[in-house]
Amino acid sequence: MNRTMYDLIGLAAGVCFILALKGLSHPKTARRGNLIGALGATVATLVVFAYNAPLNNLGWILGALVVGLIIGVPAARKVQMTQMPQLVALFNGVGGGAAALVAIVEYLNLGAEATTAEVVFTVFTVVVGCVSFSGSIITFMKLQELMTTRPVVFPGGRFVIAATLAAVLGASGWVVVELGTTPLLVLAALSLLFGILFVLPVGGADVPIVISLLNAFTGLTVAASGYVLDSTLLIIAGTLVGASGTILTRLMADAMGRSLFGTLFGAFTAKPQDVAAAGEERPVRSGSPDDVAILLNYARRVVIVPGFGLAVAQAQHTVRELADLMLSKGIDVAYGIHPVAGRMPGHMNVLLAEANVPYDQLAEMDEVNPTFGQTDVAIVIGANDVVNPAAQTSPGCPIYGMPILEVSNAANVIFLKRSMRPGFAGIENELLYDPKTMLLFGDAKASLTKVVSALKSL
Amino acid sequence: MDAMAIVSIFVLAVFVGFEVVSKVSSTLHTPLMSGANAIHGVILVGAIIVADHSETNLELGLSLAAIVLATINMVGGFVVTDRMLEMFKGNKKGTDK
Repeated sequence: MNRTMYDLIGLAAGVCFILALKGLSHPKTARRGNLIGALGATVATLVVFAYNAPLNNLGWILGALVVGLIIGVPAARKVQMTQMPQLVALFNGVGGGAAALVAIVEYLNLGAEATTAEVVFTVFTVVVGCVSFSGSIITFMKLQELMTTRPVVFPGGRFVIAATLAAVLGASGWVVVELGTTPLLVLAALSLLFGILFVLPVGGADVPIVISLLNAFTGLTVAASGYVLDSTLLIIAGTLVGASGTILTRLMADAMGRSLFGTLFGAFTAKPQDVAAAGEERPVRSGSPDDVAILLNYARRVVIVPGFGLAVAQAQHTVRELADLMLSKGIDVAYGIHPVAGRMPGHMNVLLAEANVPYDQLAEMDEVNPTFGQTDVAIVIGANDVVNPAAQTSPGCPIYGMPILEVSNAANVIFLKRSMRPGFAGIENELLYDPKTMLLFGDAKASLTKVVSALKSL
Repeated sequence: MDAMAIVSIFVLAVFVGFEVVSKVSSTLHTPLMSGANAIHGVILVGAIIVADHSETNLELGLSLAAIVLATINMVGGFVVTDRMLEMFKGNKKGTDK
């Protein structure tokens, strides 16, 4: 295969990626878009084999591909939809790691022949790829709750981060001047450390924004690798992801009412939040499934606010059963979906779609908020932060400024909760102590099943 | 490749990237991020190229690790995105399982 043919096919793959992103932006074409992207990636991979044939180390290369397939495909197939955000974070991280490794190998291979431009791009790829890798691992651990979801801030943290960043820049200069293996490995290690320090102070609720940002970073490293490896395809694909990922990060931050700057550096400026005095017991009104059923039976309009707790309890199907039952009794039912319900924007839509909830019952936040005044009962199932009035009333709390579902405007509020434990962002919710709020403790699925049977017998 | 051509490709690709995702509903943010994530898995191409011209065991070992990681990123990314979007499709019909 000659070079022109190789470049043309690479260009075709690049066009596939553009069409893929375009398709993924619209509900009707999203699935096809993703398949077009997969097609482009497959073609791009096959053509490298054809162009460079016969490849050295072919057996090893094919073996490594198979290992990747054996790990990647089952992970993607079997993951619970509730755990999908952390899987995306992990996939992004390994992509960043791969880009950094490619840059390191190419650097070792070129040795003293490398041009200054190639060294600069290599340094960029190693730094950003390593940051993306270690940062994504931390986001994975936060989402998987292997570590605390609260911002991790330690005394002098900002100085440590600034010093690490300075060290990364210093090591970058060292690599460019010395052109040795040791400086490059030092640079990689410092970059990995910086990635960890960079993500630790980010609060749990802001993690999706960071994943999206790291995703854009990884895209840029791929583009930089494309320069060093003389591959137009990698430049196009990496730049596309870098640019669209940046826009997407901003869209997500907007949907959550966060400024990007505030998300990344918020932990340094935030005042310590007012934590309710430890041991203080405040009265809450808890009810039985029968109480809930009676309240629902005499309601005309009910809004269901699903949160991550619903998904954890696998209660999507039971909640749909309850909604169907209420509809059959002539009660108006809608689901109020917060843009970041679940762990990521759009995550809840995926989870409810899995339970075959009809699309027209799902109301976005802007549609449903004005209707809470006419709503008799708002049922909050396993959600907390997205209905927490503190986001509107208490400046200085980590979610202040985030748009919320204004369930407090409904005549009655029912919370289905496992415990009084605060939500993912770790903030106390005043609404739980409101006199019009009734709490139904227990596993969401078990509670809903009881409510359904109680409502049936009324 | 000459530098000007590369800069041109880069700048044009930035604008295409901005343009294609500028209006997307929050419902699709997660699948879109996941799909874009899978696309940067084409670093697999780069990993194969460096594995091809690896000369030492260290280089080969690192590039094989890169192939494994990039394959996981690319294939896993497309598969998980498809799974998410498959559910949206079932949703429109509103059929029971």
